[in-house]
Amino acid sequence: MGAAVFFGLAGIAFGPALALVLLTVAAEPLRVIVLVAGAFFWLVSLLLASLIWFISVHLSDREDAKLQYGLLIFGAAVSVLLQEAFRFAYFKLLKKADQGLALISEDGRSPISLRQMAYVSGLSFGIISGVFSVINILVDSIGPGIVGIHGDSPYYFITSAFLTMALVLLHTFWGVIFFDACEKRRYWCLGLVVATHLLTSGLTFLNPWYEASLVPIFIITLCMGLWAFVTAGGSFRNILKCLSCKQEDDSRVMMYSALQVPLED
Amino acid sequence: MTELSAHLPQFQHGQLTENFPDNHLSNTNDNSERRRHDNSERRRNDNPESETNGQPHNSTQQVVEQDEEEDEELTLKYGAKHVIMLFVPVTLCMVVVVATIKSVSFYTRKDGQLIYTPFTEETETVGQRALNSILNAAIMISVIIVMTILLVVLYKYRCYKVIHGWLIISSLLLLFFFSFIYLGEVFKTYNVAMDYITVALMIWNFGVVGMICIHWKGPLRLQQAYLIMISALMALVFIKYLPEWTAWLILAVISVYDLVAVLCPKGPLRMLVETAQERNETLFPALIYSSTMIWLVNMAEEDPEAQRKASKNSTYDKQAPANQTQNEDAEADDGGFSQEWQQQRDNRIGPIESTPESRAAVQALPSHSQTSEDPEERGVKLGLGDFIFYSVLVGKASATASGDWNTTLACFVAILIGLCLTLLLLAIFKKALPALPISITFGLVFYFATDNLVQPFMDQLAFHQFYI
Repeated sequence: MGAAVFFGLAGIAFGPALALVLLTVAAEPLRVIVLVAGAFFWLVSLLLASLIWFISVHLSDREDAKLQYGLLIFGAAVSVLLQEAFRFAYFKLLKKADQGLALISEDGRSPISLRQMAYVSGLSFGIISGVFSVINILVDSIGPGIVGIHGDSPYYFITSAFLTMALVLLHTFWGVIFFDACEKRRYWCLGLVVATHLLTSGLTFLNPWYEASLVPIFIITLCMGLWAFVTAGGSFRNILKCLSCKQEDDSRVMMYSALQVPLED
Repeated sequence: MTELSAHLPQFQHGQLTENFPDNHLSNTNDNSERRRHDNSERRRNDNPESETNGQPHNSTQQVVEQDEEEDEELTLKYGAKHVIMLFVPVTLCMVVVVATIKSVSFYTRKDGQLIYTPFTEETETVGQRALNSILNAAIMISVIIVMTILLVVLYKYRCYKVIHGWLIISSLLLLFFFSFIYLGEVFKTYNVAMDYITVALMIWNFGVVGMICIHWKGPLRLQQAYLIMISALMALVFIKYLPEWTAWLILAVISVYDLVAVLCPKGPLRMLVETAQERNETLFPALIYSSTMIWLVNMAEEDPEAQRKASKNSTYDKQAPANQTQNEDAEADDGGFSQEWQQQRDNRIGPIESTPESRAAVQALPSHSQTSEDPEERGVKLGLGDFIFYSVLVGKASATASGDWNTTLACFVAILIGLCLTLLLLAIFKKALPALPISITFGLVFYFATDNLVQPFMDQLAFHQFYI
């Protein structure tokens, strides 16, 4: 416990997210706005889900622990479905914004592509979801205390941090896949995204049996990552090209040299 | 405490009401927007307001005809940048306030109340508490309304010295007294041993540099930093001395008041602005956060000499054709207006006219050459009152919410989105808009919803380590 645990957990949970934000989002104002607006959409979805859960809890028997547990699972499922619904709503909004930006730009192309918006929106959902899940736990980890002294798992903090990291990455990948599926009207992809989200959330119900929850979730994260990479246009060749750090010929350069040829004649 | 509160009316007046004109967002936009407005203004000549606003220089109109769509594109491209230029200071102010609330317990300790909120909230029944908080909010709002009207009256009867003195006393109070208290409390929290001489030196330097930066000239970043710091200090005072229900009620009522005062034709702020327009004068520039420095011939935002110089310059353009301004004040009225007036009018009325930069550039250069300023250098202005109330909302959320960080973050996102929407509306409507209503509404909704609905849900989920 203490600052070391806090920084370690924060690094595990938000390291990738922070790196992604700093490297890809922070420099572009439009992307920052998409990020914040995505967080807002996720928050609204959470609000509605909490409202539904709250009403269901108040209408039910408070003393029945099993019922409350069931209602919690029901609330979590509703929340997942609402999150995906709001992701779709955000897609619609961004699509309109993209068209608007394209209309008013000089060259008919909007300054930010729908793919970039898909990535940033996924990242925003991931960050805000991760933050809401884990921030109170992180803050508690600064203070004094012993984890799991009442018989709970002593690995609570570290597994929470890893789960949060997985969730952030998963949301990013889901964002990319979801938007692409909506664009190309591949509804089976949409269904698969929703299903994996439900599956991931369901796997966390197996906590504290961490082997059954953490390992499959990370496998799912890897699969989703590969799928999102392929969806975004990546391939093995791209990776090789990127790693070999070769300078690509810029088409503008080609045109410039083409223009110069008549002068030299 | 009573001395503190006794000064507060001036301060409050200085901060809040003067900021009400500044509670609008305004875009000191680029030439293209001005040209676009020129185009649209010619089409809208029946609009009475446009006449009192003054017409752009005719030759510049002819010289700078541009396609409206290009202007729109520039607006939105730079619009995103302007949004970020406001996100950063608002975020910084909120971060400072939340960090202080979380670490320095002084600002969450109950040490009495202001004299403007005389009714206590420690009552036996909920009904009594509600009634007391309503009365407190009513008193506070009436004080603000009275102060605003007083300000308008003072301005109308040209008691400039009183107003300037008021502003200076307010900033003196903030920069010296409140920051001294803040420093003392921070030292107490971290148990730092400090002697009075060092503290005196630090506060003296901090205060004097602050006065110079805010009221005169200084590096832009330093001025912005000082404005953020004094907004944070003021917000902390409000968080400390306003009891809970009163604070939320005041936030709600003040956003309604802001909406009314800025948009209604008989609102005090609108009257203030119109009076300033009639006289082609500037209004209290010290309490606006500006994201860029306006590099002009006669810069100095508050320099009275610059004002006089500017008005002298403007008389050169008396021969300017197409001056359609119908103003009683004939001598000050001509094709060119003083740069501060332009700036202030842009603040109040919004970017519906030519920009001060191009105006002053045109005034200064009788050859009517276009200003070659990079449109990306245009900035946005936001009143310090907005900073203060945003920070009060987020600070109160972090101080009193049971959901703690979840609530704070939800309010933070809500306020940023409100600000974004307000800026979008500003880009669409191109007139002065109150910056408080949308953000505060979202903030309040998210605060109460997160605190009461989301927090128990997330708490239960975290207890079982479920993730959604």
